[in-house]
Amino acid sequence: MNLLLAVLTPFIGAAWVAWASRRGRAAAAWSAGGVALLALLLLWPALTAGFAGQTTIERLAWIPAAGLDLAFRLDGLGLLFAAMILGIGGLVILYAYYYLSHQDSLGRLYAYLLLFMGAMLGVVLSENLIQLLVFWELTSLSSFLLIAYWRKREAARRGAKLALTITGAGGLALLAGFLLLGEIVGSYELSVVLASGDAIRAHPLYLPALVLILLGAFTKSAQFPFHFWLPHAMAAPTPVSAYLHSATMVKAGVFLLARLFPALSGTPEWTWLVGGTGLATLLLGAVVALFKHDLKGLLAYSTISHLGLVTALFGIGTPLAAVAGVFHIINHATFKAGLFMAAGIIDHECGTRDMRRINGLWKYMPHTAVLAMVAAAAMAGVPLFNGFLSKEMFFAEAVDAAGQLRFGIWLPAAVTLAGVFAVAYSLRFIHDVFFNGEPIDLPRTPHEPPRWMKVPVEILVVICLLVGILPAQTVEPLLAVAAGAVLQGPLPEHDLALWHGVSPALWMSVIALAGGVLLYLGRKPLFRLHDRIEGRLDARAIYEHLLEGTLAFAHRATAAFDTGSLQRQATLIVVSALVLAGTGLLGAAAPLTGPRPLLPVDGVSLMAGLALVAATLAATFLHRRRFVALTLVGAVGLLVALVFIKFSAPDLALTQLSVEVVTVVLLLLALYFLPQATPAEISSSRRWRDGTLAVLAAGGAAVLAWAVLTREADSIAGWFLANSVSGGGGTNVVNVILVDFRGFDTFGEITVLGIAALGIFALLENLNLPAPRHDAHGRAWDADIHPLIMATFARLLLPLALLVSIFIFLRGHNLPGGGFIAGLITAIALIMQYLANGVTWMHARLPAHTHPWIAAGLVVALATGLTSWLFGRPFLTSAFGHVSVPLIGGFEIASAMAFDLGVYLVVVGATLLILINLGLAHHVSHEHRAEDRA
Amino acid sequence: MEALLALAIGTLAGCGVWLVLRAHTFPVVLGLTLLSYAVNLFLFATGRLVIGQPPVISAGASYTDPLPQALVLTAIVIGFAMTAFVIMLALRARAELGNDHVDGRQDNPGEGER
Repeated sequence: MNLLLAVLTPFIGAAWVAWASRRGRAAAAWSAGGVALLALLLLWPALTAGFAGQTTIERLAWIPAAGLDLAFRLDGLGLLFAAMILGIGGLVILYAYYYLSHQDSLGRLYAYLLLFMGAMLGVVLSENLIQLLVFWELTSLSSFLLIAYWRKREAARRGAKLALTITGAGGLALLAGFLLLGEIVGSYELSVVLASGDAIRAHPLYLPALVLILLGAFTKSAQFPFHFWLPHAMAAPTPVSAYLHSATMVKAGVFLLARLFPALSGTPEWTWLVGGTGLATLLLGAVVALFKHDLKGLLAYSTISHLGLVTALFGIGTPLAAVAGVFHIINHATFKAGLFMAAGIIDHECGTRDMRRINGLWKYMPHTAVLAMVAAAAMAGVPLFNGFLSKEMFFAEAVDAAGQLRFGIWLPAAVTLAGVFAVAYSLRFIHDVFFNGEPIDLPRTPHEPPRWMKVPVEILVVICLLVGILPAQTVEPLLAVAAGAVLQGPLPEHDLALWHGVSPALWMSVIALAGGVLLYLGRKPLFRLHDRIEGRLDARAIYEHLLEGTLAFAHRATAAFDTGSLQRQATLIVVSALVLAGTGLLGAAAPLTGPRPLLPVDGVSLMAGLALVAATLAATFLHRRRFVALTLVGAVGLLVALVFIKFSAPDLALTQLSVEVVTVVLLLLALYFLPQATPAEISSSRRWRDGTLAVLAAGGAAVLAWAVLTREADSIAGWFLANSVSGGGGTNVVNVILVDFRGFDTFGEITVLGIAALGIFALLENLNLPAPRHDAHGRAWDADIHPLIMATFARLLLPLALLVSIFIFLRGHNLPGGGFIAGLITAIALIMQYLANGVTWMHARLPAHTHPWIAAGLVVALATGLTSWLFGRPFLTSAFGHVSVPLIGGFEIASAMAFDLGVYLVVVGATLLILINLGLAHHVSHEHRAEDRA
Repeated sequence: MEALLALAIGTLAGCGVWLVLRAHTFPVVLGLTLLSYAVNLFLFATGRLVIGQPPVISAGASYTDPLPQALVLTAIVIGFAMTAFVIMLALRARAELGNDHVDGRQDNPGEGER
């Protein structure tokens, strides 16, 4: 349970922090830190076990029928990433407290950060691939919120959208890749997938699966050619960059490469795709980074380059290269997070990040300068700092791999070139910012930041140094378990030490250092060249172009179908339905008429049926006279109720009858405000076209109904009939289905009903309709709108009607009736009072708004469902028993009745809400008329 | 009997389609009402036609299929909510736009499009 709880903690903590932030900034920071600490404590047992080399796997049945479990896994790799996520997360929380100005909401930033932390933990601790993908997408979403944190800035919004589009699209590719992988292996469990590497590589679907999964990993880890979202994501606040763009989010891609290393690596396709992409990214990032004038821009491209380095290492594919890859993940996370934080301090103190203006800060903030220089030295790969160790391992691997390739000699050369640029841009970061003359026109006079703002940087810098000087004593155990989990096998011989003797890798390091210094010294002509070609090759421009093209196509396609005319839309829908159904009917080989014996027609049924048809046709042909048409439609509804009662559906007949009454009253009320007649149509071609469509639709529906009715049904009715009494405690099977077997559906339906009523309430708000002064024939409306006789009789009828509705409700479980019907009857009884007595009279006696009734109904229904959880049963399990009450006698009572009460309340509340509010519009218009007369 | 019901369903569907294709709101609402009758009757008919055997457990031996009835019962109520929503939308459109054309156009009262 601990892993699940640890992953959930930040999600719950996000809400908690957002709430706690109302008590001030300090409260927000302490609670955010507390949440991270709590997650760490929850993980502690599994972390220690993972450190001892054990793999913790936790499983929680989720949808067992579909084979879906919530499964979490913590092994060495998970341990490393969880430690980075929580550790650096904690430092970032501390740092952000000082970084963010008092105008910005700290609680919001922390809430987003914790959301991201939870999503990221979910990614690295998932055992199930589909579950991993869900968390993967959550990291994309939460990083969108983080990048767009300063939502008023356009750059932030654009950068966030760009990141979401690229990583989101990659996530979709990843889903497809995981599905293919699941097809190949037959399981989505990582343990199974990791153990079936040979089967995966031999499968014909290996290549598509690999490409799709790599697309996911490369977009996330900003690999060429998807790298361009990362520099634009620098619009985020710097703590976010330090967290997401150094240690976590962009590391998710390389995490995936490491995680699936045993399953996917070891083929030429893997080597070329992963290695090639990594190498291209490594070079591109290193070269571009040198020319960025923006402090964070430089760091962003440097991150791209280092991610390329890690990717290239996994691409090389030897066990030793994988160890180096994991090692560089650790090192890069520490020095880059530190550098981002240092850049944030500089930005915070100077008010700008432009390196052409920030110069000579050594005088103003020597302490920060030292910290930044150590981290930058690690980034450059200077000996004694951690970056040197993993970089040298990388150089050695490149030399080894070169021996096995045809144009192998280019590999060490390219890698060394990237090293040269890395040294040059690191040098620029130090020299340009801290030396190189005086600051130029800074918005603020820089000085050292608050003491505690530097603490996170100091911690990271100390780690850089300790690992760099004493690797075997500090990082080796962690690296061993993490790399062991990546390889899922024995670790190769490796030796973490500063001095390996004179080797090609050492020479490459020397060349990189010396070349980097020379390159930086001779940078002026290069910068001039860069200024001239800048913007010629911009991946983002291509992306924008593609995006605009897609949007334009979508607009054109939409415009082609949607011309703003409802009639056209409706015609299109009917025509497509006819075409689809027609194809099905004409293409079917089965005979139209089935073998089921037909029922004989009796005289009364024939009369009723023909009356239904006649009333329908009359309503249609007379539709321009609206009142007549409405009356006829009402008649049709009553005849439909007769159909239900004839064919053994008393519940439906009762429902139809009561709904019909409400509908006709409603439409009558509405018709009052609308023109009483519809103008004639102009074109006869349109009439012919619509007529043809209508006749075809009629024929199709009739044929389909005939084909269904003449065939025997093979239904699941038997189960409901057999279990209704024993399982649901009621003899009225329809009601038992509604409130028990399919109670969850019913719950959804009453929710929809409530929403519709609220929507109508909103539509009617401040509705100002001109009231007609006379009816369609020019007669003025009667001034006496509440005739005494009607009012008197309606009042007399009310108790009787309510009694009937209670009766119908109580017997519903065993005889035709139930909450829906009883609710409608109550609503009709009350509406009749409104019609007879007027709104003013009723408002003195009943609340004007019935919203609370809807809410109460939903709460009652939900509570009934949840109660069964208390007894350890599934949602909405019904309990029932026999009770006997003196005088009344014995009867069955079921907990489903409480659910039915919820249904009843929602139906009454919704129906009344709709009709009363329309009635109110009448009331207003009548008042106007009274004023007019006066 | 089956033919009679099929005829009724067909007529309701056809007339519903004709009315839905009109250019003014009120006939469209009536058309939707007719269409929902047709759909409800059709769904109900998938339980086949059985006379005198309501699905209420009693001494009797055989019953009609209760499931389509349960489906249609809620469909009727939801259908009412939809009709109510559409007619209120029509009222609101009339109030805001000053006419009851489905596209809110005043210039071309008879036809929705050219």
